[in-house]
Amino acid sequence: MEFTFTQQLVQQLINGISLGSIYALIALGYTMVYGIIKLINFAHGDIYMVGAYVAFFATTSLHLPFFPALLLAMLVAAVVGVIIERLAYRPLRYAPRIAVLITAIGVSLLLEYGGILLVSPQPRTFPAVFQAQVYTFGNIVVNSQQILILGVSLALMVILTYVVQRTKIGKAMRAVSFDTDAARLMGIDVDRVISITFAIGSSLAAAAGMLVGVYYNSIDPLMGIMPGLKAFVAAVLGGIGVIPGAMVGGVLMGVIEALVSGFISSTFRDAAAFAILIIILLFKPSGLLGKNVREKV
Amino acid sequence: MKKNKQMWLSIVACIMVYAAVQALITFDVIGPFWQLNIVLVCINIILAVSLNLINGFTGQFSIGHAGFMAVGAYVSAVLTVKFQFPFIIAILSGASAAGLLGFMIGLPTLRLDGDYLAIATLGLGEIIRITILNIPYVGGASGFMGIPRYTNFTWVFFLTVFTVLFIRNFINSTHGRACISVRENQIAAEAMGVDTTKYKVLAFTIGAAFAGVAGTLFAHYFYIAHPASFTFMKSFDILTIVVLGGLGSISGSITSAILLTFISAALADYPEWRMIIYSLMLIILMIYRPQGLFGNREVSLKFFGKLGGKKRGTTESN
Repeated sequence: MEFTFTQQLVQQLINGISLGSIYALIALGYTMVYGIIKLINFAHGDIYMVGAYVAFFATTSLHLPFFPALLLAMLVAAVVGVIIERLAYRPLRYAPRIAVLITAIGVSLLLEYGGILLVSPQPRTFPAVFQAQVYTFGNIVVNSQQILILGVSLALMVILTYVVQRTKIGKAMRAVSFDTDAARLMGIDVDRVISITFAIGSSLAAAAGMLVGVYYNSIDPLMGIMPGLKAFVAAVLGGIGVIPGAMVGGVLMGVIEALVSGFISSTFRDAAAFAILIIILLFKPSGLLGKNVREKV
Repeated sequence: MKKNKQMWLSIVACIMVYAAVQALITFDVIGPFWQLNIVLVCINIILAVSLNLINGFTGQFSIGHAGFMAVGAYVSAVLTVKFQFPFIIAILSGASAAGLLGFMIGLPTLRLDGDYLAIATLGLGEIIRITILNIPYVGGASGFMGIPRYTNFTWVFFLTVFTVLFIRNFINSTHGRACISVRENQIAAEAMGVDTTKYKVLAFTIGAAFAGVAGTLFAHYFYIAHPASFTFMKSFDILTIVVLGGLGSISGSITSAILLTFISAALADYPEWRMIIYSLMLIILMIYRPQGLFGNREVSLKFFGKLGGKKRGTTESN
């Protein structure tokens, strides 16, 4: 089969968008947590791993079909996220930010190596929950998993946007993120809002974990490190703290990665992500959709 | 006068420790396992003290230390393997290469602060590793093999002593005070006329150079430099040592480097438990004792004197 340049470009774009929507789901959790408590939740990538494993056991041991397994994974991850926030981050609410960052690194390592201890470091094969179908348009290949990933992530993003923009709790979240002290004075239970933010962010990451499991058919306890870091880069790229920014940043990140691995070399894929991060931080630290905030003395 | 006496005392103490350990090694009292761990302790001390200069004293949160270590390891290994240079030149070049890279990276990235800097340095560390992974000249993904073992106890011990003395004297100099002022309050320091960028970059460069020394010693002890030895997990290891010892305490870093190296040696058969202990330690420390074991105090003869005096004072008041 001959590939022309355009065909390969379109193919890489399709791959990139489906990968990117996974980054976007994870990036949403980063950005929401950062928007509210200014913490880079390093453990977020590992929540995504937890979600993938819950989905794995739900489909293999409990024989649940795709959507119930997805819901279960999201639920368990939400509980884990809330517990982590309660035990590790809440005691440090007024501590210096570096202390919280170190704690987050600790939580992340704990989840990774706790995972290795509990479920063994060997990668596991994710069962095929869907009959994989391949659609070809000319030379361009789209498989049903890619469509599934895109569909589920779009649906979740629509739900999230509705929750944040139209519901009472969404309003509370926006208020806390805008000004925590003022929100507290207005009678908003800030701790509860933070817990709910962690729950929502973690459940989105778990959904991403399950989708990746379905897409790549393989999961392991350290699978969360790289996607976690890249999703963070995506959140920064879109403007950290800005919800639409995380979606745009995630998809963009996926596309860039697919293009780099398609046209340059797949070994440089991971380096590309970090190079983007550094360029963004140096030239537009507020991100593509972020607002500039003046440093106050 | 008193300072001189203290310096002589510490030099004598160092030589005695060296003589004792060297005698144990020469007369085969301690086996290869302990020798390995003693070398690792020294390398970890160099890494921790140099990272402490950046993170603890200057307050710039860097988690890319393993990247500079990798640069030192590979540059020195190329010199000794491909060009048969003597070890001392390899060490100096490894340190200069890592320091130069630290300077070039530090100049733009140190404009960032707090958690952004942390992520940027993490990313840079990974970029360095991935770049090395893609250079076939140094072995690529399979690692750089056939490095001669030049590192022995004498080299690591005296380089460790040198590192500690260098960084201690740096901290006590005008430049070191400027670095500490950047940590305490950057805006105030700037208002007092301290060129904050200059001192941040200076501390970063020195820290990176010593990481390069540690990398050189590491590669020339284990016969191999492998990209997998320099992942950000390695950076987290060093960070754990520094945080446990106390950000801003050299003696704290030394103590915790010794402690953690032996803990991980004891847990060598259960590597996942080691990381679980490390991670729990980080979390619990941050919640209950964020200043680490020693805070930013130093253990010295004076410190013990003060401690004794305090105790006497309390008994009198009772």
